[in-house]
Amino acid sequence: MAKVKKISEFLVRRDEEKCIRCQVCCRMCSNDVHTYVEENDSILSDNLKCVGCHFCEEMCPTAAITITKNPSEIRENANWRKEYIYDIEKQAETGGVILTGMGCDKGYKNYFDHIILNASQVTNPSIDPLREPMEIKTFIGKKPDKIEFEIEGNNMLIKTEIPPQLELDIPVMFSAMSFGSISFNAMKSLAIAAKKFGTFWNTGEGGLPEQLYPYADRCIVQVASGRFGVNISYLEKAAAIEIKIGQGAKPGIGGHLPGEKVVEEISRTRMIPEGTDAISPAPHHDIYSIEDLKQLIHAIKEATSYKKPVGVKIAAVNNVAPIASGIVRAGADYIVIDGIRGGTGAAPKVIRDNVGIPIELAIAVVDQRLREEGIRNQVSIITAGGFRKSSDVLKAIALGADAVYIGTAALVSLGCHLCQKCYTGKCNWGIATQDPYLTKRLNPEIGAQRAYNLLRAWSLEIKEMLGGMGINAIESLRGNREQLRGIGLNEIELKILGIKHAGESW
Amino acid sequence: MDDRFFRIPSGCGISGIMSKDRKFFSGENIIKSIHSMIDRGNGLGSGYAGYGVYPEFKQYWCFHLMYEEPEARKMVEEYLKEKFEMIHSEPIPVKNVKTLSFIPILWRYFLDTRQTSEEYETFSEEDCIVQAVMFINTHIKKAFVFSSGKNMGIFKGVGHPDEIGEFYKIYDYKGYMWIAHNRFPTNTVGWWGGAHPFGLLDWAVVHNGEISSYGINRKYLENSGYTCTLFTDTEVIAYLFDLLGRKHHLDFETISSILSAPFWFQIEKCENQEKKKLLKILRIIYGSALINGPFGIIVAKSDCMIGLTDRIKLRPLVAGEDDDFYYIASEESAIRVVSKNIKNIFNAEAGKPVIFRTNGKS
Repeated sequence: MAKVKKISEFLVRRDEEKCIRCQVCCRMCSNDVHTYVEENDSILSDNLKCVGCHFCEEMCPTAAITITKNPSEIRENANWRKEYIYDIEKQAETGGVILTGMGCDKGYKNYFDHIILNASQVTNPSIDPLREPMEIKTFIGKKPDKIEFEIEGNNMLIKTEIPPQLELDIPVMFSAMSFGSISFNAMKSLAIAAKKFGTFWNTGEGGLPEQLYPYADRCIVQVASGRFGVNISYLEKAAAIEIKIGQGAKPGIGGHLPGEKVVEEISRTRMIPEGTDAISPAPHHDIYSIEDLKQLIHAIKEATSYKKPVGVKIAAVNNVAPIASGIVRAGADYIVIDGIRGGTGAAPKVIRDNVGIPIELAIAVVDQRLREEGIRNQVSIITAGGFRKSSDVLKAIALGADAVYIGTAALVSLGCHLCQKCYTGKCNWGIATQDPYLTKRLNPEIGAQRAYNLLRAWSLEIKEMLGGMGINAIESLRGNREQLRGIGLNEIELKILGIKHAGESW
Repeated sequence: MDDRFFRIPSGCGISGIMSKDRKFFSGENIIKSIHSMIDRGNGLGSGYAGYGVYPEFKQYWCFHLMYEEPEARKMVEEYLKEKFEMIHSEPIPVKNVKTLSFIPILWRYFLDTRQTSEEYETFSEEDCIVQAVMFINTHIKKAFVFSSGKNMGIFKGVGHPDEIGEFYKIYDYKGYMWIAHNRFPTNTVGWWGGAHPFGLLDWAVVHNGEISSYGINRKYLENSGYTCTLFTDTEVIAYLFDLLGRKHHLDFETISSILSAPFWFQIEKCENQEKKKLLKILRIIYGSALINGPFGIIVAKSDCMIGLTDRIKLRPLVAGEDDDFYYIASEESAIRVVSKNIKNIFNAEAGKPVIFRTNGKS
């Protein structure tokens, strides 16, 4: 069989009149798309190497470069889409699993786009957040069902000890992204922004670099199946500890950080030899059942003297509600549910695009189940997986979430253009790479300001929407599905989401 | 349209009068007071709650029932006889008022709980009453318990306050405390149960407002064993008072700090460290019980009457006193019309409760 001639995904177009041959594009592109040819003072661009990250386009001082999709019309049809044909070609050549990065890009129904929010009119005044206090402070952790106290004279002596809580000034946190999958500068940007805004960032499963200890009080650390970087000071420095069972992009699958990315600093942080592959097994090999999870939760609580919340992160799968209930009963203080659109640095494409359920449905069924069992108070629900805008956050909270993790949105604020090539380690934006030539492109101070700005913008938008509903505290929206209406949803979808259709009144 | 299964937002007028030393007075003044605010209603609902109105049966639980069909009465009476000892039953005496329509069949029952019942080993007497109310309201069609306290009664229906007062002959009853409501619902209703006051045990609530947090308040109550049968905001408030007061043993100040929680910036400023800690804990534990959205309420219990507004006071509430009575109302005029020598009259502060007790303390 003949070798298939490759067709590029993108076309690099250069306006020769605008191009001043400064060669910025040649120096900048980590994929070596652009080459300067001295003989005729021209620049050649290899379309085949282009990943569509648009870095050169943004760097070009004369705006001479435009990246477009290749309009070449391969004979695709409704079933045999271009992507599938190319994938088969790649596999025929390599015999390997196709890798990808970021979240599922398939067109499964995005329920956030089919849910609309309420507002007050006449019978109930809307509240102007510029004039009245508008509260979005959120606490993550186990809550007692009632306050216990004794009366002594005229004084009320509180007997209730509130279990450890994370106090968030916005119900949005930065999702787990490990040192290794993202650069130190990207991590530091998020750490600074989280601390400044009064929210939390998450180490992911790659350990906590020493230089980020100053931000540890605003940091959630993960204990994952590889146990990378887990030691007692790691646990003690953190604000909370999260046992990672799974993630939305690759439920049921472990992780693999290739040895070439395990540079000196990562080796030290992860506590593995330099240059060795960092393999996270698919399951924790000490957790084969819910009772094993319970033991690990309590082992961690013992190790940290019950001073900080211990959470558990799972991917949203078919049985998510009963699993969540089991996790609550195993003693977790919070539970993270990551939906099918959750991002990743590297995952087999077939898993990312085909396994798991959308987060909107998962929130609705988990909240409902925990309420039915009377244990909703015992746990906070953090949701993750494809939150694109502040209204997604608000809808998730109205469905029953306590807070939301954002990963992709946070990276986009740092420059990410969703080229989905994180796993190559060649991120031109200095985010998903360990190459010092590339990572230095991301200035953590500037990155932090941009991530902070994103949080600020969303907090203002959330307050506007809340005020419009006539609500001035976020806890009055949590689980308040009366404020939501579905649009273009069928009965079973409405039933699962627990909302009415647009047009139905109270 | 039967509004029983829909949630109806409404604007309203409310009023309450309480004797400082439990002296009995007729319902005449409360009719006068609530009727003076006729603009705050639209003839689609009003009602009264009187405390001390059944002195001859004061040790028994009194259920007021409305039936839309005679069949329902048989089923309810069978159920009540099986569960309780029925001391006395009679139709609620009413007067023909031509302007009223959709009038249901109205009965009252005085019930004794049988102390031998096995249920008391696991539930309190009050829990059994609550269960019976919930059972009838959810399981027996066309029947509705609208009053279930001891030595108190709720009288309500679809009509202007003067018409409903006349219909039930409120002026013939004597009580030491009265609260009243005049309703302005925003749709057409023909169901009498939708009017206020709403009550459970000897709690009665009249409410002006619309609760934006209804969805979560209701879920919170359902998790605590309450069945919201009415889909009205007011029902939720009555149950919250019952849950927090009777089951969690909290006093009115504390309940108010939950329902109209102070803002975080106010808690930060609080100098008393114990108080600060308490307020913070209350917000963490009871976030789902915070009532958000505009409201002004009067809540009555056998020995006290409290007025409360939402955190930024989006609905009016005025309180005052003269030598013999305490007053709370939506408007000052509703107090002045019944008290010629009012001494101390003031606007309730946003989110701060006004608490009047029958022993003269406030």
